[in-house]
Amino acid sequence: MEWMITADEPGRTYLMQGNEAIARGALEAGIRFAAAYPGSPSSEILAMLGHVAEKMDLYAEWSTNETCALEACLGASFARVRSLCIMKQNGLLVVGDALHSASLSGVKGGLVLVVADDPSAHSSTNEFDSRHQARSAGLPMLEPANMQEAKDMVKWGYELSEQLQQLVMVRTVTRINHGRSSVSLGELPKEKPDPVTIGEWDRMVAINWFKDAQIAKIDQAKSIFETSPFNEYKGPEEPDMIIVTCGTGWLYSSEAVEALGLRDRIGILKIGTTYPLPEDFIVKHLLKTKKVLVIEEVDPFLEQNIAGIIAYHPELQVELLGRYGGKAMPRNGELNPDIVRNTLARLTGTAFTGPETAVIPPEEAVALPARELTFCAGCPHRASFFLLKQTLRIQEGQGVVMGDIGCYTMGGQRAGHYLYNFLCCMGGGINAAEGMGQLTRFGFKQPVLALAGDSTFFHSCLPGLVNAKYHDSNMLFVVLDNSATAMTGFQPHPGIGQTAMGKAAEPISIKKVAEAIGCPVTVADPFDISGTTSKVYDLLKQPGLKVLILKQECATLVVRKREKPRVWVDQELCRGDDCGCGRFCSRIWGCPGNIWDYEAGKAKIDEVVCVGCGVCISLCPAGAIKMEGGGACG
Amino acid sequence: MGKELVKDPLNIIICGVGGQGNILATELLASALVEKGYFTTVGETYGASQRGGSVMSHVRISAANEYGVLIPLGQADIIVSFEPTDTLRVARDYANKSTLILTDSRPNYPLGVLIGEAVYPSMEAIETELKKLSREVMIIEATRMAVEAGNSQATNILLMGSLTALPQVPLTAEDYDKVMEQRFKGEALELNRKVFKIGYEHINR
Repeated sequence: MEWMITADEPGRTYLMQGNEAIARGALEAGIRFAAAYPGSPSSEILAMLGHVAEKMDLYAEWSTNETCALEACLGASFARVRSLCIMKQNGLLVVGDALHSASLSGVKGGLVLVVADDPSAHSSTNEFDSRHQARSAGLPMLEPANMQEAKDMVKWGYELSEQLQQLVMVRTVTRINHGRSSVSLGELPKEKPDPVTIGEWDRMVAINWFKDAQIAKIDQAKSIFETSPFNEYKGPEEPDMIIVTCGTGWLYSSEAVEALGLRDRIGILKIGTTYPLPEDFIVKHLLKTKKVLVIEEVDPFLEQNIAGIIAYHPELQVELLGRYGGKAMPRNGELNPDIVRNTLARLTGTAFTGPETAVIPPEEAVALPARELTFCAGCPHRASFFLLKQTLRIQEGQGVVMGDIGCYTMGGQRAGHYLYNFLCCMGGGINAAEGMGQLTRFGFKQPVLALAGDSTFFHSCLPGLVNAKYHDSNMLFVVLDNSATAMTGFQPHPGIGQTAMGKAAEPISIKKVAEAIGCPVTVADPFDISGTTSKVYDLLKQPGLKVLILKQECATLVVRKREKPRVWVDQELCRGDDCGCGRFCSRIWGCPGNIWDYEAGKAKIDEVVCVGCGVCISLCPAGAIKMEGGGACG
Repeated sequence: MGKELVKDPLNIIICGVGGQGNILATELLASALVEKGYFTTVGETYGASQRGGSVMSHVRISAANEYGVLIPLGQADIIVSFEPTDTLRVARDYANKSTLILTDSRPNYPLGVLIGEAVYPSMEAIETELKKLSREVMIIEATRMAVEAGNSQATNILLMGSLTALPQVPLTAEDYDKVMEQRFKGEALELNRKVFKIGYEHINR
């Protein structure tokens, strides 16, 4: 919450979300610049900084993509301004080239890069361990184990960054970003330095001449980390086993050791500075034992870097266990207290007695309906996917649809009639369609479509659109323009006309951009099911690259802006199961607002859920769905 | 009031379907506990919750030290739920023979039920299984009471009133009220205070 992250109450403890703690840490460090592209679980950080930007005398932007964000921070850093860059794990891969280059040029004003990983991919398409990138690019990295450390590490990251003149990466995971815990506030700076003048011979240049300097910086980081308070050992002097852990693994390990009564046998070596490792500190402690278990999120990154240390130190005679090979710990997926405790119990031959639980035989257990994800009531994507599926069914030859990343990714499931055949990463759809669209020269006959949302269009489809146009691929590029980055919480993007700081900006028209590239553009309303279906049908018959913008605002935003009309079913007109429509509105259309009245045997509207979009009115063969009232949008 | 921590850590799960106000209610509860000086951690699972998915918050309260944000299986002391099938889903994983369950009775139908492929179980069947899994099940018509009080959106705070009234929860109504006062103003504060009281008195009659 904005008031909490800006509270001038040093020493006061508040319950803070990890993302709030990160924002607070950056404010305590006196940042004047913040840039990010939204992505769960990191999105709240920049959203909050944008809201407090004016009050806290800083600039914050939702950049068009992660590369824009990082390089913008480099620009601010060149003028000795402290900056914060934020992204999720997929974003770090988008920014890989910039990251590996920037580590050569180094930085001037402190630059902290927060990367939020999503183990088990709760709100991502894939799980990925960002830490490999820190090692590959040669950047120092910190990993907070709780919310207090999230704040403190981000704050200290600026001192480290300026001391080393290097970017500092802070790697978090979902349970830190979206978890909450007590955080004790530090002081906010009274004054922040202004940008300096860049002199004629001032340089920030990424070129291989600086490789030696980059290596020297990482070596210096290592010696600083040897005495870092973020690393600690707790346990007996001659333990049977030492758990080496970082991030969420620390509290899970402490709880497991307590629960199994192993405090006298097991030590815990917590590492907060996970790259480069404090080698001497680790060797000193591992000499105490013969067995080491590494507990960490996602890949065996810490584990294999420790394996490296062991290989160079023959005095260490230890058996190393962890995620490698999946023998001691699961090879992938998020950690939890049960996995950690069960692993420890197995490795130490200890039994765990928890509270008594009931075992319900399967035949006595109530069958629970699955709670699958679907588009919201009134979502324009439901209409878009329905009409695209319908068009592909009526034209000759099955079409091929390339999906992309956003709310509409759910369209690959029942919610979108399993429409798309292909899914890769952000911007992947249009490029795959371009490639397949070139195959017509070899007799490939199926129509090829690519989908992208409006935020994705700006993030990563522009080079793809230029490529598809220049090479005249046979494809239809469909922009599902709902005027929102909806999946991550409605952050503004360049098409919206608003900035992260709440200021008005001139929106960039997707139609004009596509036309400027030379594409024929059709704009249609997905809520006009029959009209738009025939437009799509005609477009699929035309050769070359076509762009179709299906424009209709996100229902969640519409609900906030206008009084909703009342939609209801006239059950006198609804023919029930005699209609022949097969309960079309509730079974096939699938909007959560369209339900079946089992008592009456007729269709019904759930008026609590319905947002009054009215699309189902045009789809009911009996004309039984009615609407009245409602205010205009805006 | 003499309300103290009867078990350390005390583990509470608050669950429901996206959009039911689960996260806000949990945040208020945990903030009130931090203000009382308890180590309190919250773990939230809400990846795609805006799109009708299940949402679950874990709250862990200790006078001694900080705990990880997730409750181990079978170790919830109290489960508060806004949706009956979600109550059962969570109870199967996290309840034990000492668990107290507080649940709203209003169903929120998943997609499979809406399109007629799956059947929503009866409240009686759900209650029977919940009773086998736990020590006590309290069914509260929280949504109905919140609607009567003026707004179904306030169901979350109504259930927080009921939760706060439980002797196991080391909070008083005043403690929760202080945090509500920090977060809401005007009509929203009035409505939340009203429903909190209804929920509280429903238990503390």
